[in-house]
Amino acid sequence: MTKSVLIIEDEPNIVEAIRFFLIRDGWQVASHGTGDDALEAIRAQAPDLVILDVMLPGRSGMDILADLRADPATVALPVLMLTARGQARDRDLAERMGVSRFMTKPFSNAEVLDALRQLMPD
Amino acid sequence: MVQRQLTGTRIRERRLAMGMRQAELAVAAGISGSYLNLIEHNRRRIGDDLVARLAAPLGVDPGALGEGAEVDLVATLREAAAAPSTAVSTEPAEDFARRFPGWAGLLADTHRRSGDLARMVDTLTDRLNQDPTLAASLHDMLSTATAIRATATILAENRDLEPEWRDRFLGNLDGDAHRLAASARALAGYLEQSAQAGAAGAAPQDELDAWLSAQDWHFPGLEDGTATPDTVLADAEGLRSDPARGLAQGWLQRHARDIAALPLARITAALPRTGADPVALARATGVSLPVAMRRLACLPPGLLPVPVGLVSCDAAGSFTFRRALADFPLPRHGAACPLWPLFAALSRPLTPLRADLVQAGRGVAAVAAFAIALPVEDGNAPDLPLIEAHMFLSPTTPQTPPRPVGVACRICPQDPCPGRREPSILDASPAQQVV
Repeated sequence: MTKSVLIIEDEPNIVEAIRFFLIRDGWQVASHGTGDDALEAIRAQAPDLVILDVMLPGRSGMDILADLRADPATVALPVLMLTARGQARDRDLAERMGVSRFMTKPFSNAEVLDALRQLMPD
Repeated sequence: MVQRQLTGTRIRERRLAMGMRQAELAVAAGISGSYLNLIEHNRRRIGDDLVARLAAPLGVDPGALGEGAEVDLVATLREAAAAPSTAVSTEPAEDFARRFPGWAGLLADTHRRSGDLARMVDTLTDRLNQDPTLAASLHDMLSTATAIRATATILAENRDLEPEWRDRFLGNLDGDAHRLAASARALAGYLEQSAQAGAAGAAPQDELDAWLSAQDWHFPGLEDGTATPDTVLADAEGLRSDPARGLAQGWLQRHARDIAALPLARITAALPRTGADPVALARATGVSLPVAMRRLACLPPGLLPVPVGLVSCDAAGSFTFRRALADFPLPRHGAACPLWPLFAALSRPLTPLRADLVQAGRGVAAVAAFAIALPVEDGNAPDLPLIEAHMFLSPTTPQTPPRPVGVACRICPQDPCPGRREPSILDASPAQQVV
């Protein structure tokens, strides 16, 4: 069964690279570039897993995560969060809000792939 | 008064250390031996003039015998003792300063320097956390680096990549590399600018205070019209950082306005009648009270019979003018003692408050404080009036016991104290209390 992932990230070249190596790894990949309507995109596409950037145009990834965890339909949805600020405060906040994994930029492709495989074992 | 003991004892110790007889020193200073004996046993208070005459034959700086320098030094030592990691609270700072002036000076300097450095670290940390330019710049660089890393890995690990994919990723890589270079250049330029702005590392207010003290708080060129705030500032070598120069510019402009409102000639004409009394001077010359206070605080050295000090603050308690008296040190940073009439005046605008004060601790004389809070001229919106409080300080011989106050809680031994908001590290032993 093909696993699906939705990348919510506003940097097109990052999206393109992640999309490329995830497709090669057998994932079904979709992407979304803004924060304000990201929640609707997640609900519409119902992916198995979400890669969520913290700094998004329109709305913070933290707020989106909070909404996901408040909704019974998405309370257990695996979320890999990406941030350019590796500060302990951001990490603590994300963990308190129920993030599944937290990763700071610049990450390696292998790290992302490992994290996704752990979050969605075969 | 405890203060006298210090000067007399110092003179005696210094004379004995030099192996000089009392009669010799008395002759050299032009006073009688019995008078010197009274001084050395702290039975007579002596003026600056006599201290200077005694200091010369003793081969020391008058400041080393006088009280002003030591009060400042002792205040700094108390600050140093208040650091959380030290355990020297029971040792009287005065004894240390008197017996080991060199070491005490070194400790005070080191303490000041470490305070400056700590503030610089705070500033830089704040800048990293809150500076929107830095945050945006770092975010941009990390995002671009992420894209470059992910793309480069794909190109390196997939040698058999289809030509259209390869061209596409190479194009992305090229674009991201240019973007990273531009971001890095912009960040370097920004950091260089910031480094220049904070060159001296000291807090701008401290830099300004040090510079004003070095000028004796007096600018002859502004008084006689041969200089302007801008030319004074252009010649001010002691002011290094841009923020301090900005503060100095505002200070000098206000000073120039004060001079225009009340020129020196009118002050010297009025002084015989008014003395160092700001209310009398304001009444005699028709200027506002704050102008009279600031003018008195910035007169040529020697014009007033006594040294005076002035502290002004805004409604938030931040100092807008600060000239300390030797017997009334001001905190270098942070909040001051809430018992000062300066702060009581804020809640009673237009009402003058007078009190004799003495700062807790040994070796400090009483000062007369006159405080009043007034609306800021030209600074008022009808629904948001700005208030500034002023406290004029001059030496006094109180008729009734002066009210004990502090510099700031952490370095104040006063106990109990209704105004205390944090514990003091200093021991409140009876010897340290002046009543």
